[in-house]
Amino acid sequence: MSDTQGSTPPPAPSDEVQALLSVVFREEVGKVVGALLRILGNFAVAEEIVQDTLLLALERWPREGIPAQPGAWLMTVARHWAIDQLRRDARYRDKLVLLEHVVQESDDRLRLMFTCCHPALSRETQVILTLRTVCGLTIDQIAHAFLVSESAIARRLVRARQKIVQAGIPYRVPRDEELDERLSEVLSVLYLMFNEGYLTSTGDAPTRRDLAEDAAWLAGFLTRLYPREPEALGLLALMRLHLARANARFDAGGKLVLLSEQDRSRWDRQMIHEAGKLIEQAAALGRPGPYQVQAALVACHAEAES
Amino acid sequence: MKYLLLFCGRPEDLEAWQAMSEEERLQMRAKGAQWMAGYRAQIRWTGGLHLPHTVTSVHPGKEGQPLVTDGPFLEGTEVIGGFVELEVADLDEALQFAKAWTVGRAAHPVVEIWPMVEE
Repeated sequence: MSDTQGSTPPPAPSDEVQALLSVVFREEVGKVVGALLRILGNFAVAEEIVQDTLLLALERWPREGIPAQPGAWLMTVARHWAIDQLRRDARYRDKLVLLEHVVQESDDRLRLMFTCCHPALSRETQVILTLRTVCGLTIDQIAHAFLVSESAIARRLVRARQKIVQAGIPYRVPRDEELDERLSEVLSVLYLMFNEGYLTSTGDAPTRRDLAEDAAWLAGFLTRLYPREPEALGLLALMRLHLARANARFDAGGKLVLLSEQDRSRWDRQMIHEAGKLIEQAAALGRPGPYQVQAALVACHAEAES
Repeated sequence: MKYLLLFCGRPEDLEAWQAMSEEERLQMRAKGAQWMAGYRAQIRWTGGLHLPHTVTSVHPGKEGQPLVTDGPFLEGTEVIGGFVELEVADLDEALQFAKAWTVGRAAHPVVEIWPMVEE
C-alpha cells in the first residue's frame, strides 16, 4: 500500500476516458472511502485501501471499459482488498463480518467531508485531503493543480492521515451547536478549491482536472443535504455564476478578456438563471452572509446584457 | 483517546498576571479550579509548573557523560505553566475542554493538545 504508482504506471488514458473517469470517481470514491471508514474506524487504513482500488481501476477501465455500475465495482474490490489485508489483524476481527455485506449510508460522504475539513487541519491540507479522499483525484492531478511536486503532495497526505488517526479527529457529522462553525469551515475549503481551479488557466494535459468543477459539485452536494443553509446556497450560486461565464474569459490565444469586452453570447444563460434562483432561495431564509452578497453582486454583472 | 493538554503563555501574559491584584488572581484561580472540577471524570492527572528560570535540563553529553544545564531545553520565550491528562472520545471533545479554558485565562491562555501514544 503506497501513494506511488509502483514501477509500471498505467498507460495514459485518452482525454475522453480521462474526463469520464473524473466524473465517475467524483461521484463514487467518497462513498466507498466513507463506508470503509465507518466500518474500520481508521482513516489511514480505509483511505489506503481505496487508493489501491483506484489504481486498479485506472489500470483496467481504460483497457476494458468502465463497468456498468462503477460504484459497486469499486466497493467490491475495496471490500475484498480490506478483508484480505486485515484478516490476520486481531484489531479488525469483528469488523470483517461487517465488510461482507457493506451497506452504504447516505451520509458517509458528508461525514467524510467534515473529517477532511476539520479545523485542526491546515487549510491547504483540508483542500488536498478533500480532493484526494472525497473527489478521488490522483496525487498527480493534485500536484498539477497546485504546481508542486508529487512527492510533496504525497508527504502531506501521509502526515494528514497520521494526524487524523493519532490526534483522534472524529468521523461524524458535527453536533447541532457546532454545525454553523463547521459548515462554514467546509464552505471556505470549497471556495479556496474553486478559486484555485478557476483562477489558474486550464491547460489540456490529459492529467489535468478542473478543481472548480469539483468544488461546484461538492457545493451542490452540500446544498442537497442542507437546503436550508443560505450560505451554502450562496456559495453554489457564486460558483455557478463564474462557471457560466468561464468560456468567455479567454480568447483563442489563451489571453484573459476583460468583462466589458467579453462575448456575452458565450455565457451560459440557463446556468445564470438557475444561480439567480439559488440566490432567491437563500435570501428567503433571511440569514444573509458574505457568499450570498458576493453572489448577488456577480449576478448583477451576469444578468446585464452589456 | 488520551491527550496531554499543555497550558502555555507568552512573557506578556505572565506580566499581566503578575500585575493583577491579589483578589483578581484569586478569582482567576477559582475559575481554573472550577474548570478542573467540571471535568473531574475525564481528567486523569494534572499539575502546575514553576517558572522557566527554575528548570534544569539533562542532555546526553560527550563520552557518555550526561550534561546538566540551567534552563529549559525547548527554546523560545513561551512558557508551559501546567498540564492535564484527559481521557475523552476524540479530538472534538478535547477541543471543547480547551476552548472552555481559553476564555479569560490570564497567565497561560493558550492550550496545546498533544495526542498521547497508547499501546
